[in-house]
Amino acid sequence: MRTLTLGARRTSYEVKTYFRQGDSVFFTFLFPLVMLTIFSVAFSESSFGIDDDGNDVSAATFYLPAMLAAGLLLSGLQNMAIDIAMEKSDGTLKRFGGTPLPVVSYFIGKIGQVLVTGILQAALLIAVAGIVFRVPLPTEPERWATFAWVFLLGVITSAVLGIGLSGLPRSGKSATAVIIPITLVLQFISGVYLPFSNLPEWLQNVANMFPLKWMAQGMRNVFLPDSFEVMEINESWNLAGIVIALAAWLVVGLVLARLTFRWIRKDG
Amino acid sequence: MTTTDPVVSVRDLRKSYGSFTALHGVDFDIHRGETFALLGPNGAGKSTTIEILEGYRDRSGGEARVLGVDPQHGRLDWKAKLGIVLQSSGESGNVTVREQLRHFASFYPDPRDVEETIAAVGLEAKAGTLIRKLSGGQRRRVDVALGVIGRPELLFLDEPTTGFDPEARHQFWDLIRSLKAEGTTILLTTHYLDEAAQLGDRAGVIAGGRLVAIGAIDELGGAEARVPIVRWRDADGRHEERTTTPGAVVARLGEPEALEVIRPSLEDVYLGLVSAEGVSTSSTREGGSTRLNGETRLDGAEVSA
Repeated sequence: MRTLTLGARRTSYEVKTYFRQGDSVFFTFLFPLVMLTIFSVAFSESSFGIDDDGNDVSAATFYLPAMLAAGLLLSGLQNMAIDIAMEKSDGTLKRFGGTPLPVVSYFIGKIGQVLVTGILQAALLIAVAGIVFRVPLPTEPERWATFAWVFLLGVITSAVLGIGLSGLPRSGKSATAVIIPITLVLQFISGVYLPFSNLPEWLQNVANMFPLKWMAQGMRNVFLPDSFEVMEINESWNLAGIVIALAAWLVVGLVLARLTFRWIRKDG
Repeated sequence: MTTTDPVVSVRDLRKSYGSFTALHGVDFDIHRGETFALLGPNGAGKSTTIEILEGYRDRSGGEARVLGVDPQHGRLDWKAKLGIVLQSSGESGNVTVREQLRHFASFYPDPRDVEETIAAVGLEAKAGTLIRKLSGGQRRRVDVALGVIGRPELLFLDEPTTGFDPEARHQFWDLIRSLKAEGTTILLTTHYLDEAAQLGDRAGVIAGGRLVAIGAIDELGGAEARVPIVRWRDADGRHEERTTTPGAVVARLGEPEALEVIRPSLEDVYLGLVSAEGVSTSSTREGGSTRLNGETRLDGAEVSA
């Protein structure tokens, strides 16, 4: 009980400090929106296919699910891994380690922060896409239900993987340099910036092993017309595959976090 | 544990990092309500000792008990009774002083009042300021406030006033005295011997990973280290005499030039202890033990050399 109460307190503290940090707001919170705007404007004359009613699918429509998936990865994995690595090296974690704050409350606070900022980020992306770029938003409740579980499973998996990867950078200074290339490569091979169906099959198979591809696929299922299903692997949205892949990565993340996370590096 | 048990008890404490031995077997006790100062040059083992007791480092050998618990296996309820002021911190500080203290207060079962704590460290005017906008000395006071917010039974202060100006140092001393008056047990490491003399009830001197002296601050180093020195000048040049009866010496001398009676300060005693350790390891090992035993008799502390 105390662990949960403190977790809630940590969440509000984390959200507050997140938005006071200019660089994280830009590079993780607003970044997908900036990219969506760039793609929508740059490719405003192009058609990305024909929807079920015979209308052209705009760049904004095509990139909205991709940017939502990228947002999950950035808010979760990237932000979390860099943030914790920084806190490890600047003494924040050492200070917590000397207080009766439970580790689990600290994690709840981190995941809570990702959840809150992720929801705000997704809401902002969808609102701007719908209002500014005239993206037709789904009206069927089932689609929004799919959105809800893909979002939740994706954001939690990302956050837990971020905690697991936070031990990878040797110092806070190198955290950005170590983590950003990982997320950048994943975004390119997982159908965020480049249409997934245009990638060679072997690269698709590589991307299949990582979680971002599955988040993007889930988001495409929600926001793209049904006629786009044939462009997926095996011509299927494969929702069951999404659950299995993300759940597997969630377990990997939990194990990594459990094995590698320490308040401080104890020496022999 | 009962109230008469030592709050901190260390026996033959050892720590090695690979082939380097940082602590060669250190023994001391800290009793309830006492302020114990751990002195020593850089790299002597002060911080290693304090970090083992805080639970941050694992020892390589010997025994350690802090509030009746082995610090290597301290749980959250144990941590709730400790206050830790670390050597330095570089946290991003995107919260105000008040927000940070409120937040940390919520971790503890019986925290101090936030506003009172802010006042105690003299930061009332900065309570609503972001921590990153504070000066180094002000941030250090936030560190101290965070260390005491949980109403600790035992407070660790690792070089708390490094970088303070003299005025801030005096204010800090007043704060520590008020904590002492409330009965808080304090373990302090410091480079400043005046600080140890101002705050400490007893002190231990660590050099080269060994405790070379321990005792009440005004008895540290033994009686012989504190024998006053009489200095004067006459037609034959400068003279110096160590004597337990400086008045008699001065009376014998009459009215010489540049007459001084010097009582060795804690600093003189300390430098004597530390340099003896630095010169020759084999001989000072003996010397250290002798002094230690001498001190044992002086203040009655249980020390085994």
